[in-house]
Formats: sequence, structure tokens, C-alpha cells
Amino acid sequence: MSAVFLVLAAFLASAVEMVEALTIVLAVGVTRGWRSALVGVATATVALAVVVAVLGPALTLIPIDVLRLVVGALLLIFGLQWLRKAILRASGYKALHDEDAIYRRELEDARQAGTVLRAGMDWYAFTLSFKGVFLEGLEVAFIVLTFGSTQGSIPLAAAGAAAALIIVGLVGVLVHAPLSRVPENTMKFAVGVMLTTFGIFWGAEGAGVTWPGGEVLILGVLAFVLLVSFGLVTMLRQQHERALAAATPARGTGD
Amino acid sequence: MRYITGFVQFWYDFIVGDDWTVAAGVVIALAVTAALAHAAIPAWWLMPLAALALLALSLWRTTSRG
Repeated sequence: MSAVFLVLAAFLASAVEMVEALTIVLAVGVTRGWRSALVGVATATVALAVVVAVLGPALTLIPIDVLRLVVGALLLIFGLQWLRKAILRASGYKALHDEDAIYRRELEDARQAGTVLRAGMDWYAFTLSFKGVFLEGLEVAFIVLTFGSTQGSIPLAAAGAAAALIIVGLVGVLVHAPLSRVPENTMKFAVGVMLTTFGIFWGAEGAGVTWPGGEVLILGVLAFVLLVSFGLVTMLRQQHERALAAATPARGTGD
Repeated sequence: MRYITGFVQFWYDFIVGDDWTVAAGVVIALAVTAALAHAAIPAWWLMPLAALALLALSLWRTTSRG
């Protein structure tokens, strides 16, 4: 059961971040040329692999209870951040992530930036691609490491992330446009729910709690987090609609 | 100095995010859970309630700012 969650969480989190990184790389590649952009992508991928390769074995040396406490706290903080943003977007308080708009903005910025060629490389394109992939990927690396080390299977979590990388990369090459139809907010909501659930479960275990019923109770925590999250979306959506209605002047009163 | 500040700022933004009270609340909730567990008081219920109370509070603060 945990293995399925592990792969699913790593896959979804990676897919969301890859879609965002792809938008940046596409904009840079289309306007500034592909060579420097792709070198930036490759360098960032290697840097992320080094982070995972160095930190992964180091994490396995930490006692499991301490690891669960620290990882639980980190996952819970990340999860609540993802969930908070997803709920704000689902209820209308925050604009939905618009990959097309971001792509157009990145295109414009990349067109307007000056070109500095050194050693045959466009360093603006390289830096932008590198930053896009590395920064979006760092959170994925954290999720892969923390999930994997706590469950004792970093390769399984890495497989989920790699599957997302391959799928998003292939679709990006085929479509050659930002993946605006990917239901990003739904995916972020799902990842937020999973990170929060595992953060609660492992954090409490690391703090010395024994869950009644053992590992099966993770499903109960998941159901509780889902239920409260949907409740918050419904409540905030109604509140937002009421606020919009109150702010809109009444029409047709003169008829 | 600028690089150190930038480095610290990056990790703060990365881990703590845009609402520091959530991170602080998680740490406090885990500390209370640990204290209860070590006093042999059942504390499994505390983290789910604390996490979702922190989420609701953070959402309420954001939406009431307008």
C-alpha cells in the first residue's frame, strides 16, 4: 500500500514540477536557440542527480525515528503549503496556474534580453534553463529522498519521478508547446493531500506515537485530510462567491 | 555577504514558504505530541487535528486579507 503511495506521490509531484520547468525551457529554446537551453537542462539534471546520490546514502545513516520525525515535519510543512495554494486556487481566491500566460511572458522576456555569447554559449539561455529545471527539480529531489528513505526505498521513489520526467519530456517534444491542458491544480491538490498525510503519520511516529491499528490507519488519516480539504474548498468557494456578489453593483434595477 | 543572505533566503523560502506560522505550528505540534507520548498519554489524534487547524488558520488569514 505504502509503495503505491510512494510511487504515486513522487510521480505526481515530479510531473507538476516538470510541466512548469518545460514551459521555461520551451520559451528559452524557441527564442534563444536549443543548444544552450539543452545544455542548461542537462547540467541541472546532473546537479539534481548528484544531490540525490550524495544525500540519499547519508539519510540512511540517520536512526529511523529521528529520520521520521524530521522527514515528517518537512513533508507536513511542504504538504500544507501545496494544499493551501491548491485550495486557494480551487476556491477562486488565487488565479489558476496558466502555463500559456507564463509561456508568453517567458517568451517576451527571453526576446528582450541581450545576447552574450561566450565559449559558443548563450549564457542567458543556459542560466534560465538551468534555474528552471534545478529549482523546480529540487523540491522533487526532496520528496524522492524523504519519501524513499523513510520507506526504505529511494529507487522506488526515484522510479516514480523518472517516469514523470520521461512522460512529460516525451509529450513536450511531441507537442512542442506548454502543457496547458494538464490539470495542474488537481495534481497539486493530490500531492498536497499525500504529503500532508505522510507528514502527519511519520511525524507522529517519529515523536513516539503508536498508531492504533498500525500502518492501516494511514488510510484513515488520508480520508480525514481529504474530507477537511474538500470541506475547506466548498466553504471558501461560497465565501468567495458571496464576496464577489456583494462587490458587483446590482443590475437592472431601473427596469 | 550578499551571497550568504541570498543562500539563507533561498532555503527559508524553500522550506518555510510564504506562511511561517505553519512551519512554527508544525514544530510546536510535534513537540507537544512527543511530550504526551513520552508521558504515556495517547497522542495519535493530535497531529491530524493540529495540521488541519494550521491549514484552516493559514487560509483564513490569507482570505481575510482580501
